[in-house]
Formats: sequence, structure tokens, C-alpha cells
Amino acid sequence: MSEITCKGITKSFGGFQVHRELDLEVPDGAVVTVLGESGSGKTTLLRMIAGFERPDSGTITIDGQVVDSADHFAPPERRRIGYVAQEGNLFPHLTIAKNIGFGLPRRERRTGRVEELLDLVGLAGLAKRYPHELSGGQQQRVALARALAPRPSVILLDEPFSSLDAGLRASLRFDVMRILREQRATTVFVTHDQQEALSVADLAGIINGGQIRQFATPETLYSRPANPDIARFLGEANIVPGTASADAVDTAFGQLPLVDGNTAPAGPAVVLIRPEQVRIQPHNGKPCQPGQATGRVLHREFYGHDCIVLVGTADEEHPLRVRCPGRSPVQVGDTVLMSAQGDVIAWQSPAGDQAPPAQVADAAVVSLREAS
Amino acid sequence: MAGVDTPTLERRADHPANGVARPAALRRLVSKRRRRFPWLLGPMSLIVVLALLSPLALIVIQSVQAGWSQIWPALDRAFVVTLLWNTVRLAILVTVLSAVLGTGAAWLTERTALPGRRAWSVLLIVPLVVPDFVLSWAWSSIFPSVQGYFGATLVMTLHLYPLVYLPMTAAFRAADPGQEEAARSLGLSRWAVWLRISVRQARSVLLGGCLLVSLSLMAYYGAFENLHYQTFTTAIFGELQTQFNPAGAAALSLVLVILSLLVLGGETAFRERGRLQRSGPMAQRAQQPIPLRLRTRLAAVAGVALLAGLALGFPVAIVCYWMAAGVSSALPDAVGLGSAVGYTALYSLMAALAATVLALPVSLLAVRHQRRWSTALERSTFLTQAIPGVVIGLTLVFLASRYLGFLYQSPELLVASYAIMFFPLGLVAVTSSVVRASPRLEEAGRSLGRKPWAVRLTVTLPLLAPGLAAAFCFVFLSAATELTATLMLVPTGVQTLATQFWAYAEQGVSFGAAAPYAAAMILMSAVPAYLLGHWFDRSSARGSGSSVMEALS
Repeated sequence: MSEITCKGITKSFGGFQVHRELDLEVPDGAVVTVLGESGSGKTTLLRMIAGFERPDSGTITIDGQVVDSADHFAPPERRRIGYVAQEGNLFPHLTIAKNIGFGLPRRERRTGRVEELLDLVGLAGLAKRYPHELSGGQQQRVALARALAPRPSVILLDEPFSSLDAGLRASLRFDVMRILREQRATTVFVTHDQQEALSVADLAGIINGGQIRQFATPETLYSRPANPDIARFLGEANIVPGTASADAVDTAFGQLPLVDGNTAPAGPAVVLIRPEQVRIQPHNGKPCQPGQATGRVLHREFYGHDCIVLVGTADEEHPLRVRCPGRSPVQVGDTVLMSAQGDVIAWQSPAGDQAPPAQVADAAVVSLREAS
Repeated sequence: MAGVDTPTLERRADHPANGVARPAALRRLVSKRRRRFPWLLGPMSLIVVLALLSPLALIVIQSVQAGWSQIWPALDRAFVVTLLWNTVRLAILVTVLSAVLGTGAAWLTERTALPGRRAWSVLLIVPLVVPDFVLSWAWSSIFPSVQGYFGATLVMTLHLYPLVYLPMTAAFRAADPGQEEAARSLGLSRWAVWLRISVRQARSVLLGGCLLVSLSLMAYYGAFENLHYQTFTTAIFGELQTQFNPAGAAALSLVLVILSLLVLGGETAFRERGRLQRSGPMAQRAQQPIPLRLRTRLAAVAGVALLAGLALGFPVAIVCYWMAAGVSSALPDAVGLGSAVGYTALYSLMAALAATVLALPVSLLAVRHQRRWSTALERSTFLTQAIPGVVIGLTLVFLASRYLGFLYQSPELLVASYAIMFFPLGLVAVTSSVVRASPRLEEAGRSLGRKPWAVRLTVTLPLLAPGLAAAFCFVFLSAATELTATLMLVPTGVQTLATQFWAYAEQGVSFGAAAPYAAAMILMSAVPAYLLGHWFDRSSARGSGSSVMEALS
């Protein structure tokens, strides 16, 4: 039962400004992820909430209590926050049981709470081991158990799975999120992995340039990103030129409806079309219908469950990324017909009618590969 | 969103995470939101460093007060040239021999399948606990021909090679076998890999060892007196005791300190250029010992056995021999063995305690508040390595006789001289632990609700304990076997093991009477040396924080 509010947080390190008037509101009991590239100040934000760092200005409130402002500061030990760092930070000189019991009052250490937590994280029987005798995944489980032991109302997770390999990461993430939801703790989870951020969160914030750029449900972030940069950062994106009117936009795929509430001003626009919104079929010499465009397959990346096809179009230099079923018969060199499905979102074109380059979309493919 | 002005105090009354609840207490915690200046550690460290460097200042004052007319005659002699030549040629030869023996032995015991290599690695370190003047006495009492340049080279090499051996074993152990494999796959022979990868990567470690060898050698007095080999230290003692010429002694000290500073500076310059990129903290594959063919194996065992035998077996045997043979020739005891043991233990204990306690703030400051000035402060303490014991003794005598008469011949002054001399040893050991006790762990502890002092007690202190214990052992061991400064500063009517041994041994006839004191010294320093070896073994092995604790707690 705790909400966290960060208001007007500014922080710099030696002349480099990390946060600029950053605002964040984490509702009580929610799992919130903060997503950003490395160096965007995610960890510093968590460390300020935990009380390890102090902002240069701004106010942090937990459960209505001011914990950091110009004239108030609650030290970390008074904040009742569980903090799990990337490296785990287990005490190397203490056994697993003593690590977990560290934050408990003396009389509570023998009441079975430690064993209960060992069970919870699936490490019963390892109580007497030392941290260096455990694997990386086990160490992270202990770090979580240690943070949960004093029943904190807030849990902060700082890329807790990033040092683990992909398979272990997925299963441990599943376990940890189940445990956190059972405990109903307010959770802030920072990561640079967009899949991780989208899959675990109730709400996710995109941090960039020292501010939270968009804060919404994962579904909203994906389908209605606030700007093309966020669109590219979250998943794969085709940004194509178009001309916006009241509730639709004209593109190479004909006129596409805009999502509700999208208010791109009439005129030149850029349009987000996700790869799964594009359908392709073999050309076979059929004439091009209205709402269809032709192109040639340049490249095909096979992922098993589906594949990404790069289609070069005649009138445009940037190829489109199209998601097809894994068994799609399309081959490199084929000429295909493309059409777009569903609502799209459009923004005012930043510089005339030129579509922005597509290299950010390639970066998204890389992270997708790593995760799968 | 609950307003800031409606704190839910009743529910969290036991947990004042609330600035509103305790404004008075919290206001004290509110600091400027900047990185804080280390108000406690900074000045403390500054005082410690100033005290450490005071001998350097004192020797300059002393020389200036004596005046140029006094100093020049002392220096303007063929004698000084002889001393320089003696010191330099001995330093070069002994350093080279120690480097070769230490590196070779370290390689054999660390990286090859030498039979019984764990045992050998202990036996090869232990000679460090046999004081230089005991080793030289053992040799010259049996072989009177062991003297002069040859004798000094033999004894100094046997005494000092562990200073190369010890760090080199750690370097070889930490080496990444993957790099050696890469070099071999690129077509280098095993011998070429050894020279161009293994030793090359350990070059700065080797240089550090060589630096210690040459600095220690320049500081020794007893062994050279025994072996009739003239160096600066024996000459300084001569000026003081037979010529009664403090100005001459000061002048020679100045030359000796300058020589030591040159060595220190040369090593630093070389090390900076040769600095290696450290490989990442990623897990390495375990090293496989290199198999030895039968003949190589026999030769290796013979070599290691000979080295350990000459450096350790021989002096221990001689001490036992004289104890058994020469009891009847004992002169009447000036002070009993018991009293000498007691005073040695007391002074060494105090010195070890002082050096360890003083090293802690300097180390914490340098590691946790890394700025240019704090690093410079830490580094400057290593200058004391270049000040030989005889010079520290001399300056403290000067200080006491001139300015602080009440300290003259007091135990405090002797303990202070030990603490100054061996401070760098303590600092190195303490720092090795301070680096491990990450502030992140303290943060984790506080975030779990424990108060800062409780976290320091339950997290930081246990993590520092091995380093503190090692520093204590290092200094204790060194102080218990120190002769040069002890001879100058020992309180009237008191004899330590070293001075009493020296009183007998110097006369050259009462070997039997001297032997028990030598035996006591060796035994007394063997315990901390064993603990140190244990600590060193564990701390250089990868990924074991807790086992170091178990070893020393």
C-alpha cells in the first residue's frame, strides 16, 4: 500500500545533467517499468527513490510522506524499500539464511520467516551456503528474498536479470513477477530490454533526455507511441510518409483510418505502420488494386514462429519490414503485393514530406533476436 | 494520490520514514545536496601522512642545522664513493638473482605439476621470517669465508628472494590461461609463451618485487656488519658510535635517502609506462598444471629443495646446533630470555596496532573518496619505504634529543619508529580489503532497515577484518625482527630479542648464548607469517570472500 511520487527531479553528476525536471507517479500496488537506453539515468532514479543518492532539486514522496526534498531527507534505513541490484550485492561473509534474515528484527529471524522466503524463491535447503557457492540465478533469487523479508511496501528492481542468460532470465522473471504480484508490493523495475519492460508491467515509462517521455500501459505505448522515436524504441516500426486529413491519412497503401483521438494536423505527416499490420501476397501478374502497393522481397529473416521480410518498394528508398507467418512461401526476389490493416497513428512531418531513415528499426531487430 | 500534507502516521508509527514526523532529528540528516567533503577522514589522513613524512623533513632540518661546512667533509671522501659502489653493485646483483629465483620458483610451484607444490610454496615463503642478521650469523659462524661481496650476495639473495616469489605466485595464479592458449595457437613455443605472455604480463608485479628487494637491501645493517661488508648503514652506525659524529651520520643518511628515492622514482616511472590492461572480472577457466617430464621434474624438485634448504633449513639447523652445543659458553644474561620475549612482543604488538589503525582512514579515504588530492595523500606514504630504519632511528633520536626530551629512550618512540617504517605494509593489506567492502553492500544493508552504525559493524567491519588482521600480522612480523632502529631507540635497561641476540652475536664467540634468542625470534614471527600465508593463499584465489574470514576469525 504505497504510491511513489517524484516531482521535478533534477540531478547532475560533475556537470553532466542526468535528470531534468523529471516527474513520475507510481500508483499503489502497481508494477511499473522504466525503460531507457544505458546512461539514461534509470539506475540513478531508483537510487534516489531508495535514498542512496540525493537529487539536486525536486521532491520524492512515498505513501504521502516526503522522503526527499529541499529540507527533508529520510535515510535509506527508514524508507522500508526493498532494493534488488543488478549484481545482487549479497553480503559475501554471511550465509544465505543470514543474508535473508539481515533486515529482520532479531526475534523475527527464528520465527520461520527466513525458511518461508527460501521456499518462496525455491531455494529451500541452501540456507547454510555462502553466496559464492551459488549460481547467478540463485544469487538473484536470494537478493529478492532478502529484499522481501522485512515486508517492504515498495520494491525497486534495477535490471535484476540482465546478467543472466536468456533462458534463465525468462523463467526467473516469470517467478519473480508472480511472487511480487502475490506480495502486492508497489514495484519499480528499470530495464533497457523493451520486451522485458512491456511483458511484466502494468504501466511503463520511457525515460530519455532526463525526463519521462511517455507513461502509459504497455498496449498504449506500443500502439499509440507519443512520437516516432518511442515507436522505434518499442518494437519494430515502419515510419512512412503520408498526408493527414481529419480522421484518416493517405499513404502508399491508400487511405488508412487514424486511431481514436489522434490529432495530427492536416498536411504532410509521418505514419507508423507496425510490421504485423502489413499483409503481403504473391503478385502473380494481378493488377494492383486500390490500397495495394507492389514491392520486391530483398531479405528474409526466419524466427520459427514468424519471419520478417524486407520489401523494397519502387517509389521509396526505405524498405518496409513485414511480419509474416513462419511458413509463408515468400522468397527473396519475389514481387509481392502489400496492403495495410487496422488503425494507424500519424504525427506531423518533422521536415517536409521526407520519411525518416529506418536504421533504428534495425536495432530493434537485434534486440528481438537476443531475446528469442 | 494522497497529499503530502496528510501523512498516515498511525499505520507506520513504528517506522518513521517520514520527514514530517521528526523534523528535528531529520534536519540534522539533511545535508547540502552535494557530494560531501570527508570531514573526518580527510584531516585524520592528513595528520597521519604528515607524521609519516616527518623523518624526511627532520633529516633535511638536521643537515641544514649542521651546516654545509660540517656536511661537506663527510661527503667529500673516497669513502663515500666506495660506499656507493658497494651498495649499488650489491643491489643490482641481488635484485637480479632474486628476480630469477623468485620468478622461477613461483612458476614451478604455481603452474607446473611439481610434486608437493603446496608444501613447497609454504617452505619457500617462510625464509622471510629468518631475520637477515640471523641468517648471516648462521652462515658466518660455520663458514667464516662467507663474507665480503660474495657473502653479502649469498645471504641477501637467500633472505630477499621471497619478496619476488610472493607477489609472483599471486600474479601467476591470477593469469588467464586463455591468453596463454591464444599465444600458443598463434605459433609461439611454450618457452616463448612463458617469457612473452606470462612473465611479460606480470612485469609490473616483478618490478614491484625488485623494488622491495633493493630498498630492503639498502636498509639492512646487521647482516653487513656480520659479513664485514661496508654499506651506508654500517658507515652511519660507525660515524655515530665510534666517531661520535652526528653530522657525518646525517650527511651519509641524506645520500642513502636520495639513493632510495632514485630507486623508488625509477620504478614508478617504469611501472607507469608498462601498465597493463587488466582483464575483465568475467569468470575464467581454471588453470591446468603443466606436466613435467621425469628428468625435468627431478631437476625442479632438486632446485626448489636446494633453495628452501639454503634459505630456511640451513639457518634453522645452525640455530638448533648452537643451542645444543654451546649452552656452556653462555655469558651471564644481561636480561633473561623471558623478558626479551615479553618486550619484543609488547613493542611489536603496539606497533602493529598503531600502524593498522592509522592505515584505515588513509585507505578508506583513498578508496571511497577518490579525488586527486586523496590519491596523492595515499601515494605519498610510500615514500617512507625509501627511508631506511637507520635514518628513521637517527631522525627520531635527533627529534627527541633536540625538541622532545621527555621522549628520549621511551618505548613510545620505538613503537612510533616501527609504525612509521612498516606503515606501507599495513596500508597495502588494509586497502586490499577496503576495496572489497563495497559501499553498495552498505547501501543494501541500510535499505534493509539497519542503522548506519549497525551496518558498519555487521557488514563493513567483517569484510575489512581479513585485511586488518593481515596488516597487523605484517607489521608485527616485521617489528619483531627489526634490529637497526631498535638498536638506536631501545629504552635504557631493556633488551629485545633482536638487540640481545646482537649483543651476543656481535662479539663473535658466544654463539650458544645467541642461539635461543634467534630461535625465539623465528618462532615468534612464524605464527603471523603462517596466518599471512593462509590469508594470501585465500585472497588470491578467485571468488572466495567468506573463506578468508574463516581463516582469520
